[in-house]
Amino acid sequence: MTCDEAEILLHALIDGELDAGHAREVEDHIAGCPGCAAQLAAYRTMSAAVAGADMRYAAPPALRRRIEAALPRAPAPNRRAVLRGFAMGSAASAIAATGLVAIVLRSDETQRIETEIVSAHLRSLQAGHLTDVISTDQHTVKPWFNGKLDVAPPVVDLTAQGFTLIGGRLDYVDTRPIGAIVYRRRSHVINLFVAQTASTERRPAGIETIQGFNIRRWSERGLNYWAVSDLAKDELADFGEKFETAMKTGTAG
Amino acid sequence: MPVSTSNDDPDRARRFRDAALPHLDEAYTLARYLLRDATDAEDAVQECYLRAFKHFDGYRGPAMKPWLFAILRNVCRAEFARRASSPTGTIEDAPDDAGQAPLWHEAQETPETQLLRRWDADTIRRLVAALAEPFRETFVLREINNLSYREIADVVEAPVGTVMSRLARARAMLRTAWLAEEEQPK
Repeated sequence: MTCDEAEILLHALIDGELDAGHAREVEDHIAGCPGCAAQLAAYRTMSAAVAGADMRYAAPPALRRRIEAALPRAPAPNRRAVLRGFAMGSAASAIAATGLVAIVLRSDETQRIETEIVSAHLRSLQAGHLTDVISTDQHTVKPWFNGKLDVAPPVVDLTAQGFTLIGGRLDYVDTRPIGAIVYRRRSHVINLFVAQTASTERRPAGIETIQGFNIRRWSERGLNYWAVSDLAKDELADFGEKFETAMKTGTAG
Repeated sequence: MPVSTSNDDPDRARRFRDAALPHLDEAYTLARYLLRDATDAEDAVQECYLRAFKHFDGYRGPAMKPWLFAILRNVCRAEFARRASSPTGTIEDAPDDAGQAPLWHEAQETPETQLLRRWDADTIRRLVAALAEPFRETFVLREINNLSYREIADVVEAPVGTVMSRLARARAMLRTAWLAEEEQPK
């Protein structure tokens, strides 16, 4: 690798955008090149200084009010929607009761639950709602759920893979308590929701986008998982794969 | 799920609020750095949210933040075009050699790394605001809005390689400005 290439790529190294192979190449070059090593050190310091100073601006309250005012007025509780909800609910249970066509049912039911998952994710982002237990230690987060849920959600430390465990939370989805394990990547929050399911079949992962949030859903050993975040799809897929790999190799707490 | 096409549907408005309003501070921050004017930034963000609401039905991803930013960037570019008729005396691109950072041969803990730690947010904001447009935009999206390279590429409609070289250039320019600032008597 030449210094010209390294000069560009060291930024991607700082930003955690390089795959392991390329990161190694840049690091090898830097190990033997004092000039590039000094550049890397200086840019790391600069990035840290920028990240450390709060460079953001808060939107003026008047702007928020103007935007709110321009949107159609929010729900006086909409009776028809509530009734429609009931009607759909009972139709759904009737079909479920006959044990028919789970596949047909799934699209509606899945979407409704995923919409709830996204709402739970959004609620969690409001100040002070993200975590009930704050810890980067899986052996602290996991026991915290004991007695709060029927099922102990697996808690995996993925810090080494670039996803920092920051805690856990009890949430409600589909009118039932559900465990949420919270990770962070850069400034992006990932909520991993875990719920028990009657089915023990392994269902491969699928990614969907709802209201701009990506959801990666999979099932394994009687648990349903939903990872939701505003991370890009490929990064969220990466998170899910690393989580599944860690579960297979038995590093869950 | 039934999709309403009416702009008056309160349920649609609620979904839009839930999805888009959490990003208001971030959008305003981006607009402040792009337009370098508080009032223009407010107007641009308001226009961005109205446009986003209008197109919310067709929205299927990517993530909300980059989607909003792409709209905001278009609004800001229209504002640039409006301003172009009345020059504002902005600092344009630095001379070509300004992007070439000097080679450093010292050990890693140089006086430079000590000095870079000292600047406060106001100084850094001023230096970032002085960067030329495409570099400032990329820098802010990465360092302040925390987008990935791929997301930045989507927002600015450029290949990832271009994002990488702009970012390298932006950081080199900022570092040069930063060092020059230190040499000036205060």
